[in-house]
Amino acid sequence: MSTYDRISTILVDRLGVAQDDISPEATFEELDLDSLDLVEFALGAEEEFGVRIGDEEAEGLRTVGDAVALLETKGVGAATA
Amino acid sequence: MRAVIAGLGTAVPSEVVTNADLASRLDTSDEWIRSRTGIAQRHVAPAGIATADLATQAGAEALKSSGDTHADAVVLATMTPDRVCPPSAPTVATRLGLPAGLAFDLNAACSGFVYGLAVADALVRAGAARRVLLIGADVMSRVVDPDDRNTAVLFGDGAGAVVVEAGDDGPGAVTALDLGADGEGADLLAVDAGGSRLPAELTTVLHGGHYLRMDGREVYRQAVTGMAASCSRLLAAAGVAATDVDHLVAHQANARILSAVAGRLGIAPERCVVNVDRFGNTTAASVPLAMADLHDAGAAAGALVLLTAFGAGLTWGSALVRWPDLARR
Repeated sequence: MSTYDRISTILVDRLGVAQDDISPEATFEELDLDSLDLVEFALGAEEEFGVRIGDEEAEGLRTVGDAVALLETKGVGAATA
Repeated sequence: MRAVIAGLGTAVPSEVVTNADLASRLDTSDEWIRSRTGIAQRHVAPAGIATADLATQAGAEALKSSGDTHADAVVLATMTPDRVCPPSAPTVATRLGLPAGLAFDLNAACSGFVYGLAVADALVRAGAARRVLLIGADVMSRVVDPDDRNTAVLFGDGAGAVVVEAGDDGPGAVTALDLGADGEGADLLAVDAGGSRLPAELTTVLHGGHYLRMDGREVYRQAVTGMAASCSRLLAAAGVAATDVDHLVAHQANARILSAVAGRLGIAPERCVVNVDRFGNTTAASVPLAMADLHDAGAAAGALVLLTAFGAGLTWGSALVRWPDLARR
């Protein structure tokens, strides 16, 4: 599964986002996610990918694509592609 | 022998502060507070009412509910004693007419009640006390910065109490405990001034050092993972599946934290007690106030109840309890 698909799963399963609303360009704001949701998303991503995401990094995320890019800079995806 | 819970009492000030009240003086809104915290209102003690006052009221109700107004130990979990010195528990004991037994304050912040339950359990099982009156009480409105919209919306005042005495594995039994602490997170939630590190003086007051400050996002993260991990450890050690838990009574800090913890444990929402909407975060009073809601909702004697809390320190604690057979309130 791609990093994007795994992120989508976190958004759907943990945060109740509708699958159809998710796209790389979709902003967290458009998905109706607030700052605490971003913390919850970061926790979910940490558990899923085994990386640490700082609060500042989580706050800096604007779109789903940003999250994919952040995780890929942490080495996620290379091993699972 | 088991330590068993034999009585339950609560006290909250009658004064209520609604979200609309807060929105009238802070840059916030009812919608924002509800969506981020699940809180709609909180009870706030008027000037002149302090922790020992609420603790005495809750303690009296708990003793009455246990059918025996005697206790030989008073453990008061609080982070807001009436004064820095003396401890407030002896005052509470004297007001309740309890003969000279041991009485002391215990500060484990929001985990205080569960820590206190562990202490009461140990006192009873060691034979150091016959009946322990355990009270969780805080008047957080005195340490919250009224102008800080991040914390002013969260906290409320209150007290809750139980009586703990010797018994067996039946209703009321405290059957398992998990406590922990991590000083690495000491700065995440703190009142910086007024202690021995930074004594109260004119400048500390001018800079608001006597107010609680909180790193909300990191506390959220730590609270969710900390409570879920503590509960998982406790359940595993006790050989109990999460699906066997009839009711989850978690520290009422924030509705979002409650649902995140329950979701991680796999405990269905209808089995989770939620009263943060009415009381806000009452710190050490939170767990017993939620236990009172569970009692009022008619929880069955012997039901398996999981208590869990997380707070400043950092501290956390969880307990498995067989629901006591209590008189209707």
